[in-house]
Amino acid sequence: MAVSPTTMAAVRASGAVPKAEYLLNVEGIRKEFPGVLALDDVSFRLKRGTVHALMGENGAGKSTLMKILAGIYVPDQGEVFLKGLSIRLKSPLDALENGIAMIHQELNLMPFMTVAENIWIRREPKNMFGFVDHGKMFEMTADLFNRLNIALDPEAQVRDLSVANRQMVEIAKAVSYESDVLIMDEPTSALTEREVAHLFEIIRSLRSQGIGIVYITHKMNELFEIADEFSVFRDGRYIGTHASTDVTRDDIIKMMVGREITQMFPKETVPIGDVVLSVKDLSLKNVFSGVSFDVRAGEILGIAGLVGSGRSNVAETIFGVTPATSGSIAINGKPVAIASPNQAIQHGMAFITEDRKETGCLLILDVLENMQIAVLQDRFVKFGFVAEKEISAACKVMSEKLRVKTPNLQERVENLSGGNQQKVLIGRWLLTNPKILILDEPTRGIDVGAKAEIHRLVSELAKQGVAVIMISSEMPEVLGMSDRIMVMHEGRVTGFLDREEATQVKVMELASK
Amino acid sequence: MTSEQATAKAPAPTTSKRGRRLPPEVSILLVLIGIALIYEILGWIFVGQSFLMNQQRLTIIILQVSVIGIIAVGVTQVIITGGIDLSSGSVVGMTAMIAASFAQASTWARPVYPGLTDLPFIVPLIVGLGIGLLAGVVNGALIAQTKIPPFIATLGMMVSARGVAKWYTKGSPVSGLTDQFNFIGTGIWPVVVFLVVAFIFHIALRYTRYGKFTYAIGANVQAARVSGINVERHLIKVYAIAGVLAGLAGIVTAARAQTAQSGMGVTYELDAIAAAVIGGTSLTGGVGRITGTVIGAIILGVMISGFTFLRVDAYYQEIIKGVIIVAAVVVDVYRQKKRKV
Repeated sequence: MAVSPTTMAAVRASGAVPKAEYLLNVEGIRKEFPGVLALDDVSFRLKRGTVHALMGENGAGKSTLMKILAGIYVPDQGEVFLKGLSIRLKSPLDALENGIAMIHQELNLMPFMTVAENIWIRREPKNMFGFVDHGKMFEMTADLFNRLNIALDPEAQVRDLSVANRQMVEIAKAVSYESDVLIMDEPTSALTEREVAHLFEIIRSLRSQGIGIVYITHKMNELFEIADEFSVFRDGRYIGTHASTDVTRDDIIKMMVGREITQMFPKETVPIGDVVLSVKDLSLKNVFSGVSFDVRAGEILGIAGLVGSGRSNVAETIFGVTPATSGSIAINGKPVAIASPNQAIQHGMAFITEDRKETGCLLILDVLENMQIAVLQDRFVKFGFVAEKEISAACKVMSEKLRVKTPNLQERVENLSGGNQQKVLIGRWLLTNPKILILDEPTRGIDVGAKAEIHRLVSELAKQGVAVIMISSEMPEVLGMSDRIMVMHEGRVTGFLDREEATQVKVMELASK
Repeated sequence: MTSEQATAKAPAPTTSKRGRRLPPEVSILLVLIGIALIYEILGWIFVGQSFLMNQQRLTIIILQVSVIGIIAVGVTQVIITGGIDLSSGSVVGMTAMIAASFAQASTWARPVYPGLTDLPFIVPLIVGLGIGLLAGVVNGALIAQTKIPPFIATLGMMVSARGVAKWYTKGSPVSGLTDQFNFIGTGIWPVVVFLVVAFIFHIALRYTRYGKFTYAIGANVQAARVSGINVERHLIKVYAIAGVLAGLAGIVTAARAQTAQSGMGVTYELDAIAAAVIGGTSLTGGVGRITGTVIGAIILGVMISGFTFLRVDAYYQEIIKGVIIVAAVVVDVYRQKKRKV
């Protein structure tokens, strides 16, 4: 017997809530989408005052479960109990009013409104004339920020805030609903280390106030740092729940993938050839300057540095997305002018961008259309007509080689998981037979299994003589995959490290120099 | 996903090219058939005659649809790139006037260019297509180079092209056109032109690189650029094609009327957009097909003809037309939502 939100609110107000063992209790949830069984008989229990991490590869069902808890999806079967009472959530508003708030991976704030307006939207304090009382609203916001130890101006416009600060606003908003359950979907994916530390402080303080926090993450070290318990999902099924102090990293990976990953970073030592790409004194006004480096055939050059250090801008400039204001680029010893991605492709370059959704995928188009688009510049086209059979065959071979998990090549890319979207993009570029491959955060937001596959692939390409540039914020990835590491800080190159001498500490030193 | 599972679950080869999904045109076609049947039934009840079993009526419908259809084929491509073209109706008026001025017979008392009469059909044809091309290139260049919204760029062209149409003869019509010129507007020729144009661009969108790039730009312009597509050049192409087709529609319109007037083509741009949208083209870009647009244009034609047939007051006709256009988009939005998993 499900209780409506209003009844629930009344019960809560009367204080007659039964003392339930679990704050949130999910039993036997099943959710099916056309062609996919996203959740199959899944159960999950959240204790009061704990941080509970959800682990699993992309497509394991974590996000679907969270969306059910947040009222975005309605389950086909199963029940959700909040403090022992069965509830049925039909909309995100339902969830909020029941005390369940979700902080989405893609932040949902209105950029042209102030911080305070964003937090109190729909619940603005009114003055005697029925108009919004901005003064009071700013005060309420300041109080809230005080409580959470957030240093932000309630009157600032959201579009002027950094991603980290926007996240703080989202958290404050969730807390302002007096939520009992807070769901965080990969909250640290765009934060610097210091910002992560601050976020964790806030999470700990919320936990001590008895709030239960569901925390989705792909980062193993976060799990050990912040989570009390964790549950693992795999292919839409619940695998198990453990205290995070009881297990090792390898145990978790094993649970997540159902097998042991023997080698995360299968970097092979391969003979390094001649210089393929040579960059000299490359500058982009007000963004970065004096960047010089060489990449050789078969070499993987890692670029490390904090977000905002100009790493991605260098990649975009080399690829012609934002042409350089000064400096020179030479390929195979010959100076080249690259003013557009098109020219970069003609010179044998490929670029897998940082942001899959913004600059990578054609989300509403299908796998085939996504894969073929870059290679159509010069191959598979006769008199303007696309050689459909040949290109379909090539894409099919590529998607099988990359193990893209999709029902068929006619599936819309937006229906694939992040890891599979990334594989489609890699396939798009491999079809062009690149000599120089630039990867910007190639495994961000991707599950362990797909990650290992991508690493293996990159290593394989280097072995075939491709010159690889790999930008990454993940230290183990940079250290594990690179032959050499170039470190950047505030638009300048602060140093190079060889594979043998590179350590996490040395990289961090250079990155904050 | 584990590697074993990936191999096990590896997508089975699909035999059909577009998967099992029915093409979206099928549902639009059903709507068309539905509307026609409703008219048929209402016809027997209220007017006492058949709506469909009347060859003359069907001919008129398809003729009326042709001009809008030619424009809509161009507009559909513009909308697929995520843009819009508001100028096509005015370009029809402008090209009708200018092309007609090169198609006057020497027997006519006051030709625009007394020295240039009785020219072969090819001259006004090239002039008309050229004027349309020019308007389209200006639209495309403005949008691609200055990055102003297509709505504004083509709104400007809409106003200016109409101005040119009026200024050209200071408002007077251009009449006394040669039989050679008028020929293209007689009989079933406008329909032939429409179907040939639709066929060409259906093929272009489905099977050429031009088509693939058009969809890619509409789906994600940033990703398209990074994938090596010269987005600016491509947009100019697409708007240029829309301009040429509006120019062609202008020639057909003048030929059908055997005269050109500066007011020709008013609101045609809206009918063309409506035809595209009813046909399943999404205003957010990346989605749309010429076959859908053709059916969309026919739906518009059947609707109007049906109202007249049922003797519905002309005022009501417009009101209902507006409602149906909005309803088509609402249905489309729901359909898009449902396809998303």
